[in-house]
Amino acid sequence: MLSHIQYKNKIPYILFQKHFETSSVVLPLNSLFFSFTCLKKHILYRFEILTCISGVDLLNSSLRFCVVYELLSITYNIRLRVKVFVNEVKSIASVTKIYINANWWEREIWDLFGIYFENHPDLRRLLTDYGFEGYPLRKDFPLYGYLELRYDEKKKRVIVEPLELSQDFRFFTFENPWS
Amino acid sequence: MILKKKELNHQLKNFTINFGPQHPAAHGVLRLILELDGELVTRADPHIGLLHRGTEKLIEYKTYLQALPYFDRLDYVSMMAQEHTYSLSVERLLNLKIPIRASLLRVLFCEITRILNHLLAVGCHAMDVGAMTPFLWAFEEREKLMEFYERVSGARMHASYIRPGGVAADIPIGLLDDIYQFTTQFYLRLDEVEEMLTNNRIWKERLINVGVVSALNALEWGFSGVLLRGSGILWDLRKTQSYETYDKLNFKVPIGTQGDCFDRYLLRIQEMRESLFMIEQCIVLLNDNPGLIKANNYNVTPPSRLEFKNSMESLIHHFKFYTEGTIIPAGEAYVATEAPKGEFGVYLMSNGTEKPYRCKIKAPGFGHLQALNFMSKNHMIADVVTIIGTQDIVFGEIDR
Repeated sequence: MLSHIQYKNKIPYILFQKHFETSSVVLPLNSLFFSFTCLKKHILYRFEILTCISGVDLLNSSLRFCVVYELLSITYNIRLRVKVFVNEVKSIASVTKIYINANWWEREIWDLFGIYFENHPDLRRLLTDYGFEGYPLRKDFPLYGYLELRYDEKKKRVIVEPLELSQDFRFFTFENPWS
Repeated sequence: MILKKKELNHQLKNFTINFGPQHPAAHGVLRLILELDGELVTRADPHIGLLHRGTEKLIEYKTYLQALPYFDRLDYVSMMAQEHTYSLSVERLLNLKIPIRASLLRVLFCEITRILNHLLAVGCHAMDVGAMTPFLWAFEEREKLMEFYERVSGARMHASYIRPGGVAADIPIGLLDDIYQFTTQFYLRLDEVEEMLTNNRIWKERLINVGVVSALNALEWGFSGVLLRGSGILWDLRKTQSYETYDKLNFKVPIGTQGDCFDRYLLRIQEMRESLFMIEQCIVLLNDNPGLIKANNYNVTPPSRLEFKNSMESLIHHFKFYTEGTIIPAGEAYVATEAPKGEFGVYLMSNGTEKPYRCKIKAPGFGHLQALNFMSKNHMIADVVTIIGTQDIVFGEIDR
């Protein structure tokens, strides 16, 4: 397990965190490409594998989105979590040039969160339907969506209509007075 | 009609075809756009998302316990392996230790799940390539294993057996004997499948030197599981980042040498043998370790049926446990386990309420499928089917 001393002076991180034995570093937006190159190639780290990239929508924070990269070093058997914070109008540098498999993970985040990745070779929607609008994993996107599809017997094809719910969606939150 | 040479049209165009989403060899709903130069594949562009159900979004609206059954339905051929990862990540957030018996039961069923998955992987792969019989044999064995699932949890497939804090219930009397009975005959079934395939000339011609991935490429593409080990990299999370009681068990990790589809087939067969060996060890250890099957923590454990029939407090506890759910302290955890298909990970973020704030599911198949273009380049169109088979793709987990 590498401590924050081993990352200091090599990677320009803002914050070093520890969550249950996993280290994580928060990086500034502009040094992303440099830091990932260093983390992959440097003899001290050798994070050869990018395990996954996930997006988080922190609705009430000043920088709305957090993009979380999970790195794995097979040589040293360590994991590292790299976080970058970004808002709706800023974009992130794509790391596809360093880790090829970042391609789909970034496409997925573009699809579900609407975070734009610069210099991505092929930034199309990935998981949602052809012609889908909106970013479904954002917290302000309703669970049930906006549109519904059904087969129209008269037109003999599938049609798209605005959603009509006979009952409002009910979302229970339990206020716990003891916690 | 005789054509003059100059009248012949020498301009050749690449042919683009749709493979799927209704093709039986596409393992579900894969729409693949193949660009062909004659019969050679020059580009393969997978279009996924046809089975997208928004699991991650749905989980954000459920309590931690209600979110568990979604994990069965991700990769619907290795159900318990995914429940297991999710349960581990909830336990990591709670910093919870589980009793040894629960841990052994989890390992037992995770290994049964591995056999379940590999039987389907090898069987369906053989069928895609043209051998029908091993598929039928594999499914007969799968049926027996699913019966074990049913006896322990009540459901053949979507078990919801492994839960945060332990397992749902102790195993019924006699089940261990029957699992032992199964292990004594399953060796022979594996030998039969191998007799059918391993030295089969057609099988070898279709698999050897098809979809070769070098060790370097496997790392570049972020492979895990059999695809990584097939390329000769010794990396198994059960050994390297051991969890549960895997460090107490004796097992070997097979690795490949060539990195082709045949190596990966041999690996899957060998992993089934190792799993069988582990199941036998688990049976012995379970007999030596009676005791609790849930953590003794009222935050994650419901009261027993007997208790809540007799005590008012237990009844209240039971009611609040299943309606309100458990409050998990704020934090985040990424837990990865060696699922049959590769590294399955759950990144769980809690904000101190009874519902997950964010739950990211890292599916092994997702990473593998995006390398399809690289693996199938300059192969024949029939080899694409072999490569899809060897990647062991299931769309439940890729589309989520």
